[in-house]
Amino acid sequence: MHPKAIILVGGPSRGTRFRPLSLNVPKPLFPVAGKPIISHHIAALSKIEDLKEILLIGFFEDSVFSQFLQDAAREYPNLHIRYLREYQSLGTAGGLYHFRDEILRGNPEQVFVLHADVACDFPLIQMKKAHEGHRGLCTILGTKVPREVANNFGCLVAKPDTNEVLHYVEKPESFISDLISCGVYLFDCAIFDEIRKSLENKKGNVETDIYGREVFQDGNKLRLEQDLLRPLAQARKLFVYETKSFWRQIKTAGSAVPVNGLYLEQLLSTNPEKLAKNTPGGPEIVGAVYIHPTAQIDPKAKLGPNVSIGPNVFVGKGVRIRDSIILDNVDIKQNACILHAIVGWNSKVGCWSRVEGTLPAAHNSTAVTKNGLKVQSVTILGKEVTVKDEIVIRNCIVLPHKDLKQSCENEIVM
Amino acid sequence: MKALILVGGFGTRLRPLTLTMPKPLVEFANKPMILHQIEALAEAGVTDIVLAVNYRPEVMVSILQKYEDQYNVKITFSVETEPLGTAGPLALARDILGKDDSPFFVLNSDVICDFPFQKLKAFHQAHGNEGTIVVTKVEEPSKYGVIVNKPESSMIDRFVEKPVEFVGNKINAGIYIFNPAILDRIELKPTSIEQETFPLMAADNQLHSFTLEGFWMDVGQPKDFLTGTCLYLSNVNKVNPGALANPNSGYVHGGNVLVDPTAKIGKDCRIGPNVVIGPGVVIGDGVRLQRCVLLEGSSVKDFAWIKNSIVGWHSTIGRWARLEGTSVLGDYVTVKDEVYINGGSILPHKSISSNITEPQIIM
Repeated sequence: MHPKAIILVGGPSRGTRFRPLSLNVPKPLFPVAGKPIISHHIAALSKIEDLKEILLIGFFEDSVFSQFLQDAAREYPNLHIRYLREYQSLGTAGGLYHFRDEILRGNPEQVFVLHADVACDFPLIQMKKAHEGHRGLCTILGTKVPREVANNFGCLVAKPDTNEVLHYVEKPESFISDLISCGVYLFDCAIFDEIRKSLENKKGNVETDIYGREVFQDGNKLRLEQDLLRPLAQARKLFVYETKSFWRQIKTAGSAVPVNGLYLEQLLSTNPEKLAKNTPGGPEIVGAVYIHPTAQIDPKAKLGPNVSIGPNVFVGKGVRIRDSIILDNVDIKQNACILHAIVGWNSKVGCWSRVEGTLPAAHNSTAVTKNGLKVQSVTILGKEVTVKDEIVIRNCIVLPHKDLKQSCENEIVM
Repeated sequence: MKALILVGGFGTRLRPLTLTMPKPLVEFANKPMILHQIEALAEAGVTDIVLAVNYRPEVMVSILQKYEDQYNVKITFSVETEPLGTAGPLALARDILGKDDSPFFVLNSDVICDFPFQKLKAFHQAHGNEGTIVVTKVEEPSKYGVIVNKPESSMIDRFVEKPVEFVGNKINAGIYIFNPAILDRIELKPTSIEQETFPLMAADNQLHSFTLEGFWMDVGQPKDFLTGTCLYLSNVNKVNPGALANPNSGYVHGGNVLVDPTAKIGKDCRIGPNVVIGPGVVIGDGVRLQRCVLLEGSSVKDFAWIKNSIVGWHSTIGRWARLEGTSVLGDYVTVKDEVYINGGSILPHKSISSNITEPQIIM
């Protein structure tokens, strides 16, 4: 039977860390490497044989995804992609269970579940092969991260020879393992029986937390990681497939820059024809650069590596852009320099101005300020921000519709 | 006539530039600092110039030789074996300064102004007393020693160091003219002319002040060097505008740009105000320069942006680099493409490949 796929897109309340960009676009639709974040999920799913249906589950307004769904239908005529809106935030597994009839219609044997806020090369075909080689109910995509950051994630302890997961802890306080969950799962559809069991266990139940205090749970909210994976691990029905390729979370707005870079690198090795090339009389291109066909780039500009240029962007003479995302209709005047930054829709950057951020260390925390000071990170200009000529904006987050008339540094500009 | 220029020591306040070149030879507005003074002195009829230094001046001797012929002056070095303060050097150079009855000029080598030596000499000879101090008006006299005149007179009454209450706004500009008689007041030992000699001369009614009309600046440290450059260029604009780059040349922005004829400037640049471009400097396309000095042989690559900075001899500024905040680069410094430097003091022969965002010294 055909497998199905679900992308958990969340809702408006889950994109707060993605501000100021999520003030203007829902996070799953923010463009990286030239297309919305979840397009990369769909592109990977489209390569799975027999997969015909993808369901987006979340609690955004229906209208949010209508344009995206139309575009996706045109690009993937063989895929049926729909948006299912939860009537309230049900928790990551609660939404799955709520829409179980939709998911199980047509009797699929397996269902992929992908979090929208991860970026990786989605080795789904290999996962499926591994899944069919063991007797578990779920295969989880795992990856190794540096020891010191492992406890920011769901940590897995697995038997090295069988990949059987022995232990699963969400964000442990102490070190458990450097193998973590990537937020990409393949379930047998029998999982819905397990979810029902979990829900029944929880309803009206009193749990105790690690301090022995009684905790009353909301019977409808069911968290995929804590409420489902942990019991599955205990029942030895959870297996891991470890990817050695790239993986990143997309939490803060700034994390879109490294994610953009990873997807561009992937394109460079798989579909280099989609990227910009050096041509005689054209702009200087370094590494992986995506330029939307409607953007105008002066031949004396230098772009890349890790740059995405959106539709109708104008890049003037002598402009330098590196490790940045330039969104739709941005106007960058001559000789400006943009490094480690995201320039929001319709923004203008004056001549000889410098918009510069700091590339965050891999997998670091999502805090924007520390001890009251802004952490150095990617500089983000919100929608319709104007940067005057010859000033420097360093390590700043600028909310939409601001006119910056003087230099600023390490600030959140309200 | 004769003159003594107090050069002093190693010019540590103007490092890193003075690690490469003795301070008097560092070019101010494309001319060694001391040449501004030698020129003005020669024009006022000075034939004997003594440079009072307290280090071995070998480098300077050979370089200054050619100016002796050019300006028809005799330059002598007076080397202190121990630091003699500001008065001691006069005693050390007694043989030259006292060889005839004509008055002699004394000036500090860090001072840049529209040297009024002719007028100063006429003023000095008109009052007939032993000494004249050039004074300049400042906005914040509380930071300096203030000179107070006798009522309705040019004669100096007293000196008030860092006054708490306003007593006047005229301060010592570091330029003097004395009769040789002053030499009888100074012994060959460390002495401060300001604190020890002048008060006694004032008490004897032998000291007058001469007020400077034009600009004045002590350019002994980078921040003031840049301010002095601005003042100097404004003055050039007033007295000899033809020496500055033509405001209609396309690249000049806001005026007052001094460009050596051997420098090359690319397309679509915006340069000025207050920029000095030295000999052999190469400027790429789309470069923005303001309030900065580029010393001989330096180069600025395309699309760079420089403000409030001094770029040392033969240094290179990469494409899309940005320099500001009184950054000073020594000689042969390389700033890589796209690097941002704010307030960096960078020693010679360093290559800078990552940002310097807070003022600091790069050893």
